Amino acid sequence: MSGARVLVGTRKGAFILTSDGKRDRWHVAGPHFAGWEIYHMKGSPASPNRLYASQTSGWFGQQIQRSDDGGKTWEPVGNQFTYAGATGTHQWYDGTQHPWEFKRVWHLEPSLTDPDTVYAGVEDAALFRSADGGKTWEELPGLRGHGSGPNWMPGAGGMCLHTILLDPSDPKRMYIAISAAGVFRSDDGAKTWRPANRGLRSEQMPNPTGEVGHCVHRIALHPSKPRTLFMQKHWDVMRSDDAAESWHEVSGNLPTDFGFVIDVHAHEPQTVYVIPIKSDSEHFPLDGKLQVYRSRTGGNEWEALTKGLPQKDCYVNVLRDAMAVDSLDACGLYFGTTGGQVYASADAGDTWTPIVRDLPAVLSVEVQTLT
Amino acid sequence: MIRVVLPHHLRTLAKTEREVALDVRGPVTQRSVLDALEARYPVLRGTIRDHITQTRRPLVRFFACERDLSLEAPDAPLPDAVAAGAEPFLIVGAIAGG
Repeated sequence: MSGARVLVGTRKGAFILTSDGKRDRWHVAGPHFAGWEIYHMKGSPASPNRLYASQTSGWFGQQIQRSDDGGKTWEPVGNQFTYAGATGTHQWYDGTQHPWEFKRVWHLEPSLTDPDTVYAGVEDAALFRSADGGKTWEELPGLRGHGSGPNWMPGAGGMCLHTILLDPSDPKRMYIAISAAGVFRSDDGAKTWRPANRGLRSEQMPNPTGEVGHCVHRIALHPSKPRTLFMQKHWDVMRSDDAAESWHEVSGNLPTDFGFVIDVHAHEPQTVYVIPIKSDSEHFPLDGKLQVYRSRTGGNEWEALTKGLPQKDCYVNVLRDAMAVDSLDACGLYFGTTGGQVYASADAGDTWTPIVRDLPAVLSVEVQTLT
Repeated sequence: MIRVVLPHHLRTLAKTEREVALDVRGPVTQRSVLDALEARYPVLRGTIRDHITQTRRPLVRFFACERDLSLEAPDAPLPDAVAAGAEPFLIVGAIAGG
């Protein structure tokens, strides 16, 4: 029987929400790791009951937890993230150079084919890989070794590597995104990297079209068209049709092109979703109305989706890793808010229902389609 | 036996009780107590002190016998009452809200 399993990371623990394919009745399990920040959880595409979770604390540091039964039980695996070679420096908020310091794992991306291989995007920005199910981790040093590191800088949330995309058509190709450095692409299995930010323009930078320094909030692709990428930048919604060689703006008629999340419909590669957020200083929905915007044309032409979402007095945020899509016949969408609500749509965004309303602030949402 | 009191989150991580008893050989110091603790509970490696430098994590404190021992040298002897098992060695998360 088909169904969906939604993995929710919050400021105070992890929650697992499950439903059958109708997605109208949900079972809520958790909190797991109560009181710890769970930045991200994700399941292995190759073995869906293998889950990884990033459990972190300002007091006690980083843990990686692993489950082999779909999240019923967990085992702490590895927690040592040591930068390779010389640590180096990056740009600090005031423009001075600041040493790289490991703080936490923002994002875990399991391999598409091997359940024991998983990538970790960390703060301060670097890419790590484990090939033994999360027990040991090694930095893939080619990214920081690109040479532009001294020009990377932290965004308001820290200098985080928050997005890792694996190209399903080319096992050697990967994309990552860093706030605030931008997008990087590797074509040789993460050995070497190059910036992929041509076409981005960020007025907050001394050189608005610089090679690095852009505050990219999120990138997404559809598995059937992996050369087409979509980006929610600090400002601007962007699109690339050449595997991130160049980008062009597709903000179109959005009421604001600031936001964090962006995702692509599971069955329609030209259908894209964003959640516009007011300005870069207020960080809540426009006019207190929580609205998902959908484009069926790959950008530029956007429609507001509001049915079931609060249309007054709503001042939550939706963070960059807090939206996901399932691949059931009618594509399901999910997103979580800093107010602790997880909203679901079982009809590609036409209507929405809260699965839960009162969780701790949601940091991340992933979904697994169960068959 | 040396008595060590763990903060809540490390208890849940190590799946143990609030207070653990450790057999420490040789001088009873912060280092020898933490070595014994991490040997018993490997999951605690890196949570109290850095994996590489072995320095105390910034928001972790060490108390015993109504004294703050956080800034004592790792190899300084702990109070006799701790070494005798009369008083516990407390590992504390620095107090903050949230």
